[in-house]
Amino acid sequence: MTAQVITLTSGKGGVGKTTAVANLATALAMDGKRVVCMDGDIGLRNLDVVMGLENRIVYDIVDVIEGRCKLKQAMIRDKKLPEMYLIPAAQTRDKNAVSPSDMMRICNDLKPDFDFVIIDSPAGIERGFRNAIAPADKVLVVTNPEVSAVRDADRVVGILEAEEKGSPLLILNRLNPTLVKNNDMLSAEDVLDLLGIQLLGIVPEDENVVIGSNKGAPVVTDAKSRAGQAFRNIAKRLQGQDVPLMNLESQGGLWSAIQRLTGRK
Amino acid sequence: MNFFTRKKSASSAKERLQLVLVHDRTDLTPAQLEALKDDLLKAISKYIEIDPEAVQIGLERDGREQKLVADIPLRAVTRNRAG
Ligand SMILES: Nc1ncnc2c1ncn2[C@@H]1O[C@H](COP(=O)(O)OP(=O)(O)OP(=O)(O)O)[C@@H](O)[C@H]1O
Ligand SMILES: [Mg+2]
Repeated sequence: MTAQVITLTSGKGGVGKTTAVANLATALAMDGKRVVCMDGDIGLRNLDVVMGLENRIVYDIVDVIEGRCKLKQAMIRDKKLPEMYLIPAAQTRDKNAVSPSDMMRICNDLKPDFDFVIIDSPAGIERGFRNAIAPADKVLVVTNPEVSAVRDADRVVGILEAEEKGSPLLILNRLNPTLVKNNDMLSAEDVLDLLGIQLLGIVPEDENVVIGSNKGAPVVTDAKSRAGQAFRNIAKRLQGQDVPLMNLESQGGLWSAIQRLTGRK
Repeated sequence: MNFFTRKKSASSAKERLQLVLVHDRTDLTPAQLEALKDDLLKAISKYIEIDPEAVQIGLERDGREQKLVADIPLRAVTRNRAG
């Protein structure tokens, strides 16, 4: 077994990288894959709470790098999925405590034992971003259908190309089908045309994402959620399966109107 | 803004992004692009007569590639011109 290392990055902050990492890792583990995710946001640790693992942290990635513990000791096993692990970021250190070569070394140590290593990059294009992309076999750029997010995504795509990381794949997050229909939000086609990269998946705006992160249970574990379905589909595509894009319109339109009328959720 | 004539915001977003991305990718500000156009026209005018009004020079996108595209109609030569 040799893991594929996948980094999620975005340029702009708050577009859904951590959400996507937690959900894709969980969906892959639900499909029986061995997965480890790494929080690359040193000083602003987040992936642990989104995954509901914050109470179990003893060591973090900087402890591994500085030799205070073994790599295995910093790997937190998920509560429900025994084949999923988290390596948390250090909370009280800054990004300079980690270098790109540290990241490469840790990933090389993980590779033989896993199918996927998934890295959550911090926002921006500085050290933390450089650390996160260094070991990546594949980079996924997360963006929202908004002017500033797309602009920053384009910067990141340009840097990845200049660094010869290959062309990244796009995850378009928080698409609101109703707004798109009313021509008040950039469509997936618009964003793809602007960025000139390939699409991996579209995740709709979905309140269940917030509910899931409140509970520390990524939304892929909610069988009914649209965003959960979208992330499960993306996880399948990462495993090489050809899964068609879901029809985002059906739910946003008539069906949800009926549900609202009848008072069902 | 009048509700009935309001352009839907998605098209503004797309148009604005098209411009911004071209300048971001080429690291050329709109002012620099104007200066480039002026210099180009001056250089060309040294050799052939052109109609500055009809000239179109701009950056275009082709996937992730940028192109400087110039459309410069030439003025018909009037041979019996004085001078
Ligand atoms: N599809 C979605 N629908 C609704 N809310 C979402 C969706 N995706 C993300 N969010 C919400 O957006 C917020 C930001 O998400 P997240 O923390 O994953 O972004 P990020 O890119 O990791 O941010 P940062 O750059 O700060 O690390 C969170 O509150 C999250 O719950
Ligand atoms: Mg984050």
